[in-house]
Amino acid sequence: MWTAILLAGVGCYLLKLAGLSLPERVLAHPTVERVADLIPVALLAALVAVQAFSDGPTLALDARALGLGFALVALLLRAPFLVVVVGAAAVAALARLA
Amino acid sequence: MLEPAERSGILRDSLAVGVATGAYGLGFGAVSVASGLSVPQTCVLSLLMFTGASQFALVGVVAAGGSPLSGAATALLLGTRNTLYGLRMAPLLQWRGWRRAGAAHVLIDESTAMSVGRDSTPATRLGFLATGVAVFVLWNLATVAGALAGGAVGDPRTFGLDAAVAAAFLALLWPRLEDRRNVLVGVLAATVALSMVPVSAAGVPVLAAGGVALLVGVLARRPDPTEIPGPDDVAGGHR
Repeated sequence: MWTAILLAGVGCYLLKLAGLSLPERVLAHPTVERVADLIPVALLAALVAVQAFSDGPTLALDARALGLGFALVALLLRAPFLVVVVGAAAVAALARLA
Repeated sequence: MLEPAERSGILRDSLAVGVATGAYGLGFGAVSVASGLSVPQTCVLSLLMFTGASQFALVGVVAAGGSPLSGAATALLLGTRNTLYGLRMAPLLQWRGWRRAGAAHVLIDESTAMSVGRDSTPATRLGFLATGVAVFVLWNLATVAGALAGGAVGDPRTFGLDAAVAAAFLALLWPRLEDRRNVLVGVLAATVALSMVPVSAAGVPVLAAGGVALLVGVLARRPDPTEIPGPDDVAGGHR
């Protein structure tokens, strides 16, 4: 387990450093720049979906969906980040109590 | 030099993001211990790896019965996201040598989002560093607390921490959705990821969704790049 932790930890750092160290001209091509801009959008959207609607290898619709629904409404109402996150947790926790 | 008002505004917003992120660092600590990692292992993950999605992925794979090395592989693949953030940030930060080596450690979702839209290099650097350091300190303190409390807390889902993580990802994504093409990419990516969940190892669906960005980016004709979020789009910006 320690091997895996140290390997992944050092590797993740090197991935960050590589990003900051690669030459600027890597981004000079418009296609590369578009892809670089779209990657976080795609990954964050996927992370939302997987975190909210999957349970191990199965899809699931549970209290998390209610929490995410709260977050959506809060964002539409321009609520602060903390309200969005803590509110989503509270809604999901209350739904599980019910 | 920065105006005092702009400076304090950036610092305040950065701290707010740090507090919000630290809050689910508690969740990480608790989830990690519940997954079978020791308290020191959990803390080393937060100190050394320091990228939330990868950390959650590693302990998630281990919790689901995967081998530690497959968990590490998943974490590394998710960590490639930060390489792309680095490509965006390098020309904006303009740091070299040891400053760059230090900055790399706090190159994460939050520090990128809180610095990328600033209108000067000093403001960009301050937003990046203040957010990165605030998140690092609070994330690690929260990890220790969460890990120690882990046994007592039991299932972190009781407090809806899993929903909080999803909500935080959504809040980070939100400002980018003003662009119609980004909405399309987001919906496609979420669909691809969910359709992959039943047929692939943990961590793979999110990476597969990255392929959507690649595809749309290569196929799109419009030459101007999409707007990406600035400091007013996350955290304190909503006040």
